[in-house]
Amino acid sequence: MTERIRLAHGGGGTLMQQLIDRELRGLYRDPAQVLHDAARLELAHGRLAFSTDSYVVQPLEFPGGDIGSLAVTGTANDLAMAGARPLHLSVALILEEGLELALLRRVVASMAAAAQRCGMAVVTGDTKVVERGKGDGLFISTSGIGLVETHQPIDPLAIEPGDQLLVSGDLGRHGVAILAARHGLDLQPPLASDCAPLWPLVEGLLERGVVPHCLRDLTRGGLASALHELATARGVELLLEEAPIPVDAAVASTCALLGFDPLHLANEGRCVLVVAPRDLSACLEVLAPGGGAWIGEVGSASGGRVLLRTPFGSERLLLPLSGELLPRIC
Amino acid sequence: MVRGAVAAVAELSRELAATVSRPWTLMEVCGGQTHAIVRWGLDQLLPPGLRLIHGPGCPVCVTPVAVLDRALQLSRRPEVILCSYGDMLRVPDGAGADLLGARAAGADVRLLTSPLQALALAQQHPDRQVVFLAVGFETTAPATALLARQALAVGLPNLSLLPAHGRVVPAMARLLAEPGCGVQGFLAAGHVAAVTGTGELAALVAASGRPVVVAGFEPELLMRALLVAVRLLEAGTPLLVNAYGSVVREGGNPRARALLAEVFEPAPMTWRGVGAIAGGGFEFRGAYRRLDARHRFPAAAVPAAAVPAAAAPAAAVGSGCISGPILQGQALPADCPSFGTACTPEQPLGAPMVSSEGACAAYHRYRR
Repeated sequence: MTERIRLAHGGGGTLMQQLIDRELRGLYRDPAQVLHDAARLELAHGRLAFSTDSYVVQPLEFPGGDIGSLAVTGTANDLAMAGARPLHLSVALILEEGLELALLRRVVASMAAAAQRCGMAVVTGDTKVVERGKGDGLFISTSGIGLVETHQPIDPLAIEPGDQLLVSGDLGRHGVAILAARHGLDLQPPLASDCAPLWPLVEGLLERGVVPHCLRDLTRGGLASALHELATARGVELLLEEAPIPVDAAVASTCALLGFDPLHLANEGRCVLVVAPRDLSACLEVLAPGGGAWIGEVGSASGGRVLLRTPFGSERLLLPLSGELLPRIC
Repeated sequence: MVRGAVAAVAELSRELAATVSRPWTLMEVCGGQTHAIVRWGLDQLLPPGLRLIHGPGCPVCVTPVAVLDRALQLSRRPEVILCSYGDMLRVPDGAGADLLGARAAGADVRLLTSPLQALALAQQHPDRQVVFLAVGFETTAPATALLARQALAVGLPNLSLLPAHGRVVPAMARLLAEPGCGVQGFLAAGHVAAVTGTGELAALVAASGRPVVVAGFEPELLMRALLVAVRLLEAGTPLLVNAYGSVVREGGNPRARALLAEVFEPAPMTWRGVGAIAGGGFEFRGAYRRLDARHRFPAAAVPAAAVPAAAAPAAAVGSGCISGPILQGQALPADCPSFGTACTPEQPLGAPMVSSEGACAAYHRYRR
């Protein structure tokens, strides 16, 4: 018989203790910490970055990842975007009654592996169970602490006219993988999510002496929404070239089929970088192995908008995604 | 985008400029073409005398309000699972209500990407009534016909369809009959012609004396079709030319046509924003009529809403929305006083702002 989560797994009694002992303890760096109400952390002197996020993705497992790898990598990447080395992570699980234990096991193993890839230790956590129908299988909320490794703040307000814009790799893989899984599209070969830690990239830049003026990971809403946020926050015009923006052919053709713009699709292992012109070539060298590319520059400080020049030389606005992504009809 | 296409588009742009000797007005019929033109900024590459106006070829935009209202009504019945394509779920009815709003208020509304998923839903939920709101032109109608055929073959008692399929060529003829219609030639919708073939279009050319060029959707194909159309206009030779020969055959897709002929028959349809069109839609034929949700759930039998109606946005459709003239090519989205202010993709007043094929959505996304 399939083992499933029961309400009693969240009831605070023996079944809950079993769940923690058998399924969750392995997630922690120091399993003894599970017994305490709070984690005690040893941190170097310096500035900390602190970030939190919740994950409600459907389906829970998809090509290239699952809700667990997303929940760890997403929060680690948010820290990396502030120039912080990800260190400590909290994990709160909300399980729906009836969730298959085997699936939970796979997700927990995937979280442990992702934490290792991100260099993070899970130091505290929580588990609740809600009645069948009151959750979507599994929700995960993570918070992370990192140590800031730059003196200058990496921040939208540090963006200057003339700065150069780059992306760390090709766009839209995660969005297409999720949409395909969600809508039963049978892509051959299936596209895998790009879910991956971004700190190694940031660390590589810092080691080369490049401190980006700003970094932003490209999650929901894609490149278009991220750039729009930056342009609005700093009140600058961003001038993009469409031709060099890297998009895999399979992603592009799936988008053409469904009526989506790859620049609106979610990514989970990509970021946009804003760097001083003098840092451009060093930055490109660091990005090149991962398929990163130069995509444009920061224009004048005259209102926040994003202009995109098409390969044909015409211009259009690049606007953030509005509403939710729905496949078109024909 | 391939480097070859960039050079080809630049060359076509130069040829167009060299060919145009006086002002011409062309309509691209299909919303997918409108989006490609605005998205790639192709209109910026045309000579000043050549004007493009955008046609009504956006399936969810022209889906009759009466059908949408019936779908909303059915979705409030507790036994009904109402399913349709993504875009359709956000289209507001005459009072601003939409199916996603009905879902938020408790209705069971599902998004499908293929009609056959409705069959699977009906099999999975024998205790529920699955109703598929089937919209789209001749491009999606064959898939609906396939669903209808399988539904009859399997004999599922809990699956019905709310058909709202439009026929594009009668709508083109209807636009030309409008007094003051400035359309001098058409770029016809390539995907529709891929199914139907080019016979109806040839008849339209003969009857109207206006050239029609069957066009694809890529920048190079659109520019080439424009050049062909302008050459026909300049020469005064109203012909039908297939400039999408890689996909469109004269006889269309015989299997899809046979399926359509077996399941549907042409019928009058009132296109939203355009008006009543003779032969503008499809109705079920013969034995397939029993699949029609309008017969299975007669309007009178719909009980007072079991699920409360979703609250309508403050601004009702009609006030400050000019989607009719826009769908008929008589106005541009920017001519609308509500464009980008009272009407946005988040709070659409009219269907063209919703659909990924609607002209207002295209302008809002790329031009605002």
